[in-house]
Amino acid sequence: MSLQDLIKKELSKWMIAPGPESDVVVSSRVRLARNITAIPFPNRATTEEAEKIFDLVKNALKEHTPFELNLVDLAQLSDIDRTVLMEKHLISPQLARGGQYKGVAFSNDEVISVMVNEEDHLRAQVIYPGFQVEEAFQLINKLDDYLESKLDFAFSEKYGYLTSCPTNAGTGMRASVMVHLPGLTYTNRIQQLLQGVNQLGLAVRGVFGEGTEAQGNLYQISNQVTLGRTEEEIVDNLNRVTTQIIQQERHWRNQLLEERKEDLTDRILRAYGILMYAHKISSEEAVRLLSSVRLGIDLGIIKNVNPSILSELIVLIRPGFLQMIEGKQLSTEERDLHRAALIRKRMRLSQNQGIE
Amino acid sequence: MICQNCNERQASVHLTKIINGEKTEIYLCEQCAKEKGEFGFATDPFSIHNLLAGILSPDVHPSRNFVKQEVEQCKNCNMSFDEFGKIGRFGCSDCYDEFDPRLAVMMRRIHGSDQHTGKVPERQGQTILIKKRINELRTELQRAIAKEEFEKAAKLRDQIYDMEKKESIEDGGVE
Ligand SMILES: [Zn+2]
Ligand SMILES: [Zn+2]
Repeated sequence: MSLQDLIKKELSKWMIAPGPESDVVVSSRVRLARNITAIPFPNRATTEEAEKIFDLVKNALKEHTPFELNLVDLAQLSDIDRTVLMEKHLISPQLARGGQYKGVAFSNDEVISVMVNEEDHLRAQVIYPGFQVEEAFQLINKLDDYLESKLDFAFSEKYGYLTSCPTNAGTGMRASVMVHLPGLTYTNRIQQLLQGVNQLGLAVRGVFGEGTEAQGNLYQISNQVTLGRTEEEIVDNLNRVTTQIIQQERHWRNQLLEERKEDLTDRILRAYGILMYAHKISSEEAVRLLSSVRLGIDLGIIKNVNPSILSELIVLIRPGFLQMIEGKQLSTEERDLHRAALIRKRMRLSQNQGIE
Repeated sequence: MICQNCNERQASVHLTKIINGEKTEIYLCEQCAKEKGEFGFATDPFSIHNLLAGILSPDVHPSRNFVKQEVEQCKNCNMSFDEFGKIGRFGCSDCYDEFDPRLAVMMRRIHGSDQHTGKVPERQGQTILIKKRINELRTELQRAIAKEEFEKAAKLRDQIYDMEKKESIEDGGVE
């Protein structure tokens, strides 16, 4: 399979399609936790009860729906295939370990996914490229209405949707954005900003790595509280804060360009050079350099490289994907070699023709 | 400092969360932090069992603030309140009802609130709302009768009748 075919066939919409404000916001995601009344939650369910949940969901999705979801039984997949699903953010690390009557249903473009028998009976999510939290919420709300017409969701007036963990009760909803913040990081503004975000009821974590050393300057920002606020309030709060972050990030990028243009250009082109010619590369180094290259594209320092290179490659260079492409288990060193080769190929691909 | 998630490796990552002005700190090892970072929802740092057990613990031990509960165990899934306190996870949706009086305090600690204000599901939700409204009307009716406001009482009785009709339709299983 050619690299273009692989990207088109194997990657989800959020990694390859353009989205609004995508110079800062990589993707927007909304998740809902739902359970069926009175059947024990997955951590306490018997095999028969887990099977019952699996069948109930299977039946609910069997009919022709506007969502076109196909349910996959994770027990039927190989370890590598499950890892790939995790790397695409379609299933959690917990589900990637497999197990009986655990599944995931997803749409063709992989915008929608519904995990079955994870921590809750159902975990539905919608991921869109760029800044589209509201749109993601609208779609998942419609999906929720549909599922609720088929399944008896556990709900109480007082505590809302009832979930396995009390931290998810109420709306059962987490809305999040993945943001790329090299400008704020290089100008040492990031800690201050993240603390502020925390005080506004939002949780921040590095997408790869944690705390101050978020690899690739990629952060995930999501609501902390799920009870006592409406879904609209949660979306609105995240939208307001994200809008502020976008403005600040752009401001500091411009500041860098004005005051430290030569240093910045050097850093970006060195990153570009290494990715073009490295023979071996770890995922940490690759993600860090890809962040610089993406910044270079956004600031017009690097031309002829498709901006989606960052969101594509942060997924493609992960261990599961590399092993799926090669069709076998790979050692760490073999992965570093294949990763470097894949990146070299991708960099040259976008120079010549790009991915439409 | 040992990682609060796996209790095995040395913690090297320090996380701070602030909810309603209250600060919570978590220490994780590199590996656990990485796992959590990659799929936020399922492994939200705030839902780590240990941490939650910490939040619960004052109520798990019998305290003078709490009248000894009659129900110590969920009738549906047999989970006891103590067990829930230890693992930080409910056993089933009925647990919420069974443990209710103690939950409010915990929910206020976690969310700063103990009352859902968001979406109400169409099917079960309508029935819940109608039942709630009927109860309110019945209380009003009692009050009206007590005050000998018979005209008002008659109106209320008609309203209750209408609501009950609606309720039986809803219960009858509209798709
Ligand atoms: Zn650990
Ligand atoms: Zn229970």
